[in-house]
Amino acid sequence: MMSATGANKFGFAINRSRMIDYDSSDRKVREYITSREPSFRLCFACGGCTATCTAGQHTSFNLRRMNTYIRRGEIEPLREEVTRCMLCGKCLLVCPRGVNTRNVVAVAAEAIRKLERNEL
Amino acid sequence: MKTVPKHVLVAGGGVAGMEAAGALAEMGYRVTLVEKGDDPGGHLLQWHALFPDRRPADEVRSYLRKRAGHHNINIITRTTVEKVRHHPGGVRVILSGGTEEEADAVIVATGFDLFDAHRKEEYGYGIYDNVITSVDLEAMFNRGRLEKADGTVPSRIGLIHCVGSRDEKVNNNHCSKVCCVTAVKQAIEIRQMLPSCEVFCFYMDMRMYGPYYEELYRESQEVHNVNFIRGKVSEASVNINNRLVIKVEDTLAGRPLKMELDIMVLMVGMEMAESGAKLAEASGFRQGINRFLESGDHHYGNNLSGIKGVFYAGTCTAPMNITDTISHARAAVAETVRYLKA
Repeated sequence: MMSATGANKFGFAINRSRMIDYDSSDRKVREYITSREPSFRLCFACGGCTATCTAGQHTSFNLRRMNTYIRRGEIEPLREEVTRCMLCGKCLLVCPRGVNTRNVVAVAAEAIRKLERNEL
Repeated sequence: MKTVPKHVLVAGGGVAGMEAAGALAEMGYRVTLVEKGDDPGGHLLQWHALFPDRRPADEVRSYLRKRAGHHNINIITRTTVEKVRHHPGGVRVILSGGTEEEADAVIVATGFDLFDAHRKEEYGYGIYDNVITSVDLEAMFNRGRLEKADGTVPSRIGLIHCVGSRDEKVNNNHCSKVCCVTAVKQAIEIRQMLPSCEVFCFYMDMRMYGPYYEELYRESQEVHNVNFIRGKVSEASVNINNRLVIKVEDTLAGRPLKMELDIMVLMVGMEMAESGAKLAEASGFRQGINRFLESGDHHYGNNLSGIKGVFYAGTCTAPMNITDTISHARAAVAETVRYLKA
């Protein structure tokens, strides 16, 4: 019976878990990018790219976070992220690890396109 | 029966060289200490106070001066060691100016050079007045005056970690080890000197590896209210109010951040000394990919050069703090004595 106090609206609705489920994550995108741009693996998350990023001043684009998403197999946020970069390459000039950042975005966009066409 | 004491030449009169020379002299060896500057003391001469306890640098300087003042030590200044070569009778040493010395053994203690901050042009050292290095800041502490170039009192200072370290763009992938804790020390000193001045440390990782370093980091937050932002500064500029503006990503907030500063302090790292690199090239010492001298074995032979009678001490082999430098110099002395007695 429904409660008159509204207690039925309280509590344990089924929400999608916020947890990164590493074991069921999709590694195909990561493997695609790593094999085509091996310098991707060198990122140590300093954020220099994002600090200097032209797109990041006006949109939520964040290359450092995007790299982390790819590494964790979090594909959903990636679909939008890759469309925001203008490929200006300023991030290339600051990266202390020598990651070919611009190409990481280009290859990630390619991976997403292939994923959507079931070609990955 | 009295024998003629054996002769050891020490190349470099910084912390490692002074300690090694002193320890050998105390044991009765005859020592020649060769220093390229006007006086022995090395980079320590520029320092005001030391981490982690902020003791006056002068205390360690006096200890080392006393050590190197032993009557068995002959100090030659304004001279560099150009080349060493082992031969059956000992080690032939060529000094700058072409003079030659004969030694029974040589300890190489040529140390490090500080990273030249001009090379990170995007930080504006030498371009903007209020961009200084960690060494410039120590000089201000020595003078007892901490002010902007125009003589006004700063209200916000930023310390930028890893300048010239962990940075492929300047060909230094190594960590200089001591800059993180130096930044924390200097941040505290700024807060004590100017209690109304805000201090921000911009770091990529906080490497508090030594005894009482983590405690100092904690104290900086708990007692001195030092702020820490995780992100590598990408560039600095000057705005219309003649204040520095830096761009960084606050990686923990996940958003780009800009901040105005009155003074920006670049925590310059350590590189293989140029004089040491020249000596290495002329003498056939191996250098690692980080250009520091590569010893016989990283774990149990890190004073050994691979050349008979030649040993390494201190930061010519890797970035080190003073404590480790002194220990490393003593170990070099132990290896040298073992060799001379064999």
